[in-house]
Amino acid sequence: MLSRRVIPCLDVRDGRVVKGVRFRDHVDMGDIVELALRYRDEGADELVFYDITASPEGRSVDRGWVERVARLIDIPFCVAGGIRSVDEARAVLHAGADKVSINTPALDRPELIGELADAFGVQCVVVGIDSLRDQDGEWRVRQYTGDPSRTRALARRALDWIVEAQDRGAGEIVLNCMGSDGVRSGYDIEQLAAARALCRVPLVASGGAGDATHFVDVFEKADVDGALAASVFHSGSIRIPELKQQLAAAGIKVRRV
Amino acid sequence: MEVVLIDAGGANIGSVRYAFERLGASARFSADPAVIAAADRVVLPGVGAAAAAMARLHELGLESCVRDLCQPLLGVCLGMQLLFDSSEEGDVDCLGLLPGRVRKLQGSPTLRVPHMGWNTLEPVLDDALLDGVSAGDSAYFVHGYAAPVTCDTLATSTHGETFAAVVRRGNRMGAQFHPERSATIGARILENFLKVPA
Repeated sequence: MLSRRVIPCLDVRDGRVVKGVRFRDHVDMGDIVELALRYRDEGADELVFYDITASPEGRSVDRGWVERVARLIDIPFCVAGGIRSVDEARAVLHAGADKVSINTPALDRPELIGELADAFGVQCVVVGIDSLRDQDGEWRVRQYTGDPSRTRALARRALDWIVEAQDRGAGEIVLNCMGSDGVRSGYDIEQLAAARALCRVPLVASGGAGDATHFVDVFEKADVDGALAASVFHSGSIRIPELKQQLAAAGIKVRRV
Repeated sequence: MEVVLIDAGGANIGSVRYAFERLGASARFSADPAVIAAADRVVLPGVGAAAAAMARLHELGLESCVRDLCQPLLGVCLGMQLLFDSSEEGDVDCLGLLPGRVRKLQGSPTLRVPHMGWNTLEPVLDDALLDGVSAGDSAYFVHGYAAPVTCDTLATSTHGETFAAVVRRGNRMGAQFHPERSATIGARILENFLKVPA
């Protein structure tokens, strides 16, 4: 039986791991490779590296650290940030990443999803979606969320975009619920369950993890395949071995390490 | 010990080389039949689609080279599927080193395809390739097609249906999952592959 995945997300800026609250005020969390190895040893099932400034700055991911990570890490990892062409994705995959995640560039040019799926297979193509609930109750997509001064609200409904992204060839969806991101009050179960109902490919929850019960809830109530978190892992307030014990005790299938 | 990885154009095959390097083996890519034939160990990695990969092997003139290899050969993921007779993916004839046809995994609303993530291995035959691997150990899978369980199956895994996770017929071996991304268990299987007598 397939395990549910616990996925630390490492936001990368200038070769260092950083973390902010609600995407702002970033503080240094440490060296990329050091943190990656720590999570690997603790039993992380996968890692996501998100170059948070690549897209707003109009540049692609720095391949150097991707290769450094790939040489040392023996669990899968995904790289996100400013990948806007098949060639840029190929460079990141050749450097050793297992998957690429695209967000802003897919919104700018949705055809990119299909181009990547054709070139590398759907299993390599993750579409990241930043979503926020508007006053009318609809969840809508946000763009350029790495830089608050450039973040844009789009007319596109998040749920419509999930359907379109998978139709175009996304092999996995990471839904980052911005309303709950960084505030540690739990994943946005309502939105994730709505997404799950429409999503045939693996769905990863992002935004809001504060304690182990939030992980239990999101797996049980939203039936997501993976749950992603950053600050709670970086700060040590949730340790992955204990988290996995709690998940297993709740009857959720996790990888034994 | 020299490991040659067949360079048939897969996207993230670099990680397989790094995995061998972590084990202290020298590993390099080649698409040259003479280099491949002279290697101590040969790995056929593979990410992508079966028809495209077979076309690529054909284009490179490597089909008969791979079929004729006598030294230990390990197919990884799609590379393992290519060892079988044929694949439903693109309805293509494969290398025919192992009997069986690779078929699409049947998804369902609660069973997502591609099968992506960590799943448990169930060893069904005792073999040196699985030394140190116990029932319930996990490996990292990413695939939408799977090979049938046959007499060549060393370990199975289940995602709705049960399929071949590790196969071996003599010196032809394969892993449906990615040993290079399967943490300690994956490293152990690669190490076992390096140790099997040629």
